Amino acid sequence: MTLMKSFLGSAAALALSAGAALADPALIYDLGGKFDKSFNEAAFNGAERWAEETGGSYRDIELQSEAQREQALRRFAENGFNPIITTGFSMSTPISNVAGDYPDTKFVTIDGFVDPEEFPNVKSILFAEHQGSYLVGMMAAMASETGTVSFVGGMDIPLIRTFACGYAQGAKAVNSDIEVIANMTGTTPAAWNDPVKGSELTQAQISQGSDVVFAAAGGTGIGVLQTAADEGILSIGVDSNQNYLHPGQVLTSMLKRVDVAVYDAMTAGEDLETGVSTLTLEDNGVGYALDENNEELVSEEMKTAVDQAREEIIAGNTEVHDYREDDSCPVLDF
Amino acid sequence: MDKMPAWADAVLVPLISLLLAAILSALVILAIGENPIEAFNLMVEGALMRSAGWGYTLYYATNFIFTGLAVSVAFHAKLFNIGGEGQATIGGLGVALICLYIPWPHWSLALIGAALGAAAFGALWALIPAYLQAKRGSHIVITTIMFNFIAAALLNYVLVNLLKPAGQMDPASPIFPAATHLPTFQDMFATDAMPLFRGSPGNVTFFLAILACFAVWLLIWRTRLGYEIRALGHSESAARYAGISPVRTIVIAMLISGGLAGLMATNTAMGEAERLVMNATEGAGFIGIAVALMGRNHPIGVFLAAILFGFLYQGGAELALWTNIPRELIVVIQALVILFTGALDNMVRTPLERVFVAMRKERA
Repeated sequence: MTLMKSFLGSAAALALSAGAALADPALIYDLGGKFDKSFNEAAFNGAERWAEETGGSYRDIELQSEAQREQALRRFAENGFNPIITTGFSMSTPISNVAGDYPDTKFVTIDGFVDPEEFPNVKSILFAEHQGSYLVGMMAAMASETGTVSFVGGMDIPLIRTFACGYAQGAKAVNSDIEVIANMTGTTPAAWNDPVKGSELTQAQISQGSDVVFAAAGGTGIGVLQTAADEGILSIGVDSNQNYLHPGQVLTSMLKRVDVAVYDAMTAGEDLETGVSTLTLEDNGVGYALDENNEELVSEEMKTAVDQAREEIIAGNTEVHDYREDDSCPVLDF
Repeated sequence: MDKMPAWADAVLVPLISLLLAAILSALVILAIGENPIEAFNLMVEGALMRSAGWGYTLYYATNFIFTGLAVSVAFHAKLFNIGGEGQATIGGLGVALICLYIPWPHWSLALIGAALGAAAFGALWALIPAYLQAKRGSHIVITTIMFNFIAAALLNYVLVNLLKPAGQMDPASPIFPAATHLPTFQDMFATDAMPLFRGSPGNVTFFLAILACFAVWLLIWRTRLGYEIRALGHSESAARYAGISPVRTIVIAMLISGGLAGLMATNTAMGEAERLVMNATEGAGFIGIAVALMGRNHPIGVFLAAILFGFLYQGGAELALWTNIPRELIVVIQALVILFTGALDNMVRTPLERVFVAMRKERA
């Protein structure tokens, strides 16, 4: 009995101390997990950078089940965490269920979309993935010797088709005769974490003549990059800078600065501006990675051409089609 | 004469198993440098000390009651139905179709309709393995587990190609119409002065689960069909000698089992998500096996074991929220409980039986 009492006592104390953690930010990773070397890990890196620079602390959780989505949002909101940052489009429905109950808490959905009119305390952060993919598509076409480049997507959703479409547009801009092969890993969330299938798709694309492959597939991309390295062709990473995974064999990485989005949201804290924002080339929200691991692969000519295209897109002289606008791609059939 | 009194069999064995699992879990938590007592406090506080925590605990428990009953009904006929996962998945499809395409005037009617649909779809999914077992002798363990994969693939196809609204990224059905939304505990018990169960998913299907417990008890111990099922489970040749058709009994037992597993979807799809998502069952079909084993295939035991597992799930979620214990290790802790209460049952039972026999000899 006394044992039980002491449990209850310390439970109460714990409840109090949990309530005292005021206005720290919280971060919720999607089912892919914190260390996917890609999307979620970028969010983690942004949060770590914020914690290191400001000395602040934050709480994070890796989701295990669907029912936990709303639960994690509510528990963080109840305990005064603010803002609550989430990664992945699957969080937008749970956020719209919860946001109305906690009007003083700010919610951030990265890659998701929540109507700002209906929920004024939600910030939706989107990225111009088509623009970044366009640039790496150009690089792929310039590096290709066979005249065939390829794309491996994760789950077949409009977002990933946007990557593929931007990539194909960039490749065709360099060489209008180039062949672009695009494959998707699957139609379920399992497609984000299937490196074996990613590897098989890459093999198949190589046998069709591809010598540069772009993986936009979360954890599945690890298998794509590995096979590309094993078979001696070039690959392109995604989201985080993945050039280091196979130095000298990863042409570049299409950066989607989820880390910057998380860092900025944590820095703004409770004063975070809500609404919808799209991070583009101009904001350095998307881009391509250049470091010591791929400097020998990226020629001066390639760099000049890509940087020029970047300027043109920012200036509005080059229009890159966004698949999501009309659910179609002018240069690629799915 | 039994080796052990009934109370020891029903209470002592599970308690000792739990204690062993708790000790091992504590060692695991210690090994990664966290405080096991603090972790236990967090689990209790988060799952049992707040009404919203209870809302989650009972929500998970509702799932486990249905799948636990499903496993135990089949088990009484000596059939090991490990296809609860697939039957619940297909049950979810039944719920979704009925909620989306029939204009229900009120949730109570919708619940009856959806429950019938879920049970029918789940039962249908169990029918083929049942037939194969009864007529062809294909082992039910193999066929039901394979049907889990087929169910997942089928749901995947239906969600992505047929039910998903255009332009939506998530492979999920549209939200069910408002008239089919079930009242949660919050809607039922919360007042302005006492905001109980705030935001938690526990809902009216919990009472449906209790009803199912009673119905299963009635079926197994108070009806002719239940007698036939149990007779078949004890000895097929004796049952046949008594004029019981094994084929008929196997098929009916599996249909009931599949129907119970399918009913779980009323809780996940209609009660919680209010739409059909890809992975709504989340292993509850397999947890049902542990629940049935721990509950000795009796509805009361299943009910209690389901509450325990609901506590473990909700407590695990709290651990993930407030500690740095990685989610993989939380699964390890949950698995240890399953291992000890389900698989390693005899490890505790046999020595305990010896103790009781020795005690009795001394007294005699």
